[in-house]
Amino acid sequence: MKIGRTGDTLLGAFCAVAALTGVGALIWIITDLIQLGLPHLSPGFLTGEVTESGRGGGIGPILVSTVLILISCLTFAVPIGVGCALWFAEIIPEKSHVGKLLSASIDLLASVPSIVFGLFGMVFFCQILGLGFSILAGGLTLACMILPIVIRTTIAAMQAIPEDLRPAAAALGLSRSTTLGKILLPRALPGVIVGITISVARALSETAALIFTSGYATRWPESLGDSGRSVSVHIYDLAMNIPNGAARASASALVLLILILVINLAASFFSDRWFARQSATHSAIHG
Amino acid sequence: MSPSLRDRILRLSLGTTALLSGSVILAVVVFLFREAWPALASGKLSHFFTDLKWQPGSERDPQFGLTPMILASFLVTVLATIIAIPVGVGGAIFQQFYAPAFLGKFHDRLLELLAGVPSVIFGFWGLTVLVPVINRWHPPGQSLLAAGLVLALMILPTVGLTARSAIRSLDPGLLKGAAALGIGRPATILRVIVPAARQGIGAGCLLAIARAVGETLAVVMVCGNIAQIPHSLFDPVRPITSTIALEMGYASSDHRALLYAAGLILVILSGTLVGWQSYRKESFKPRQAG
Amino acid sequence: MSRFVLTITAAGLFLLHFTSCSKLESSEGLLITGSSTVAPLVADAAQRFEKEYPGARIDVQTGGSSRGINDVRTGLAKLGMASRALKTDESDIQAATIAMDGVCLILHSSNPVEGLTKDEITAIYQKQISNWETLGGNAADIVVTGKASGRATLEVFLGYTGLDSADIQADVIVGENQQAIKTVAGNPKAIAYVSIGAAASEALAGTPIKLISIDGIEPTTENVARGVFPITRPLNMITKGEVTGLSRTFLEYLKSDRIRDLVETHLYVPVSP
Repeated sequence: MKIGRTGDTLLGAFCAVAALTGVGALIWIITDLIQLGLPHLSPGFLTGEVTESGRGGGIGPILVSTVLILISCLTFAVPIGVGCALWFAEIIPEKSHVGKLLSASIDLLASVPSIVFGLFGMVFFCQILGLGFSILAGGLTLACMILPIVIRTTIAAMQAIPEDLRPAAAALGLSRSTTLGKILLPRALPGVIVGITISVARALSETAALIFTSGYATRWPESLGDSGRSVSVHIYDLAMNIPNGAARASASALVLLILILVINLAASFFSDRWFARQSATHSAIHG
Repeated sequence: MSPSLRDRILRLSLGTTALLSGSVILAVVVFLFREAWPALASGKLSHFFTDLKWQPGSERDPQFGLTPMILASFLVTVLATIIAIPVGVGGAIFQQFYAPAFLGKFHDRLLELLAGVPSVIFGFWGLTVLVPVINRWHPPGQSLLAAGLVLALMILPTVGLTARSAIRSLDPGLLKGAAALGIGRPATILRVIVPAARQGIGAGCLLAIARAVGETLAVVMVCGNIAQIPHSLFDPVRPITSTIALEMGYASSDHRALLYAAGLILVILSGTLVGWQSYRKESFKPRQAG
Repeated sequence: MSRFVLTITAAGLFLLHFTSCSKLESSEGLLITGSSTVAPLVADAAQRFEKEYPGARIDVQTGGSSRGINDVRTGLAKLGMASRALKTDESDIQAATIAMDGVCLILHSSNPVEGLTKDEITAIYQKQISNWETLGGNAADIVVTGKASGRATLEVFLGYTGLDSADIQADVIVGENQQAIKTVAGNPKAIAYVSIGAAASEALAGTPIKLISIDGIEPTTENVARGVFPITRPLNMITKGEVTGLSRTFLEYLKSDRIRDLVETHLYVPVSP
């Protein structure tokens, strides 16, 4: 008994140190960012034009470009990713050759380094499809990159749905599309949303894939064919190319962090509520 | 629309999206091949493995040895993983079994936030804070160690968050059973929980490893970028991704094709890793319910 | 389900609409790629130009001098930027100088060494001199910072020292100027070569680096302007053949004295017209 107590303390201490190391390093980074960047943060910084290559003004156009890149990315990645996951989870048998092939190709895609996506996007979207350095080309490149995340999380969410629902729906004579659209998809939605959240955070923080595809322009974007830099590319440029850009790079990084925090909180709030409602209806049905 | 027609349309459209998703990786590989072709066709690829140095710009003696870089990618990844796995998994266990709920939530939020920090921030922090510290200890500071540490921080959220969800999704009956058998908490965690969550933790680690192999902008700032075989943790190294990032904008003709070929090798490397994982999954777990 | 399909179709149409619009609008667009040393200056000039000529849209993309030259050759960009003079085998393209810059050596501000000679620099970069003590500094190994292949700064430096890139024995290799500056700022034993403009403005802002003299000549903009500083280079705009329309107007604008104050704020040297 006494040995157990000591072991417990030891393991607890080890894990606490581990947690503290991770958390400590993160807090260190974030404190540094706040120290450097906070003095530059103001409402004007969020809405202002970029002047002097980023050393002056704000990041208004860059935020707009970022949102446009994100929208064009999700417009492609979410329907295609969710559709692919549904096909994989509900229509083809997992053990079939096609299923295995698809599964392998998704895993492979997930392992492709982001800089390789940048190389690919530059040749395929910018040059061959003739999109040039544009928001759309950047969004499409990012879509390829986050596709595996959307697919994998959606498949996991579909597989977590109790198996007995499917034969039950079939016994009721519901068509496959009704079963999928009205019964299965709503139940998988929280998982899908979590997946999209992870994808959005990943897309927002991506730099290497965008430098080669969405370009560097800092003016207000007028269409998806315009070149426009995302916040992460702006941070990169300020930190690496612009003399005395470090402070504003940190300020932009803070904005990005706050954005990601808000998205994460919203998604977790939403999926918690959804879970609560679902389990309420579930227990109401099953008693 | 009749239900059967709707079903057929559904199948068709879902099948199309699956076909699209499956062909993206094909397109990536095909285009890398296309761009790398001049180097492959002229037999320049053999330079990758026979040349000892990387000096593509030299007029007197151009050399294109990739071996030190492949080794560097490997070493940096291994170092980062060795650091990140105990810290990440330990943190997840602490959060699930020891920490009060509010601390656990805080830990979660912080890791999620960290997952969204752009890599350039890590690189920037590494170069201005971490490298000078290592430099005081053992110059030049930019080193295998610095790259490993920064990468470890970057993959920590992936390891930590997947370990947490793997532990959380375990059957609560497992814990109750262990308690009923009178097994103490440390034994339960080490002998029951961690082995049961092994699959999930392993998958997370693999994701993290793939991320580490492919990470670019953080590494390029802290690794020193010398293409050499390191003799100690303090020697500078140059992983494959760094070379692509440093030279792609500056390269033309053969040199550019060689960089694409390096990208192709990178994809093959991480692809092998993933292939090995799915092979392992198949052989370890012949049947999975649900 | 049909709603799902409808949403996708709508989204697709929406994107299509956006892209087709852009095709028409980009007729007054101009893409400029190249040197990361010239890019901040040209980007500032482009922003001013866009205000004076409404409707003009100039995209400045950083990527290094070689890329600027390459993109002009392939026609991807109408104008390129290069922070070096053209080589003899580059006679198919033309260069127009918009400013002058120097390449200087920088040390950490705590390093007592104030200046080096050309021979000393050449020896340091070949690891023939490897301790600061030999040069009158503290007893410490020199951390030699070099630049990655293809950078114009590297080529200018090689041209000055007469070395081949295979001769250089660096401890650390960096990409952009800023990375070199941060490396030296964090390392009292380091030496690096960077653009005078970038180094001077960082030093002015309090970054712990100092610009040292070469053969007794201080790396100041005046010395670059007078042509006495040993490592100087032109900041060039690259064109291929006849340029017309917006490219021509903007090129003339860059060569005019209307961007003189911008050249000076970037701590480069205006070319006398």
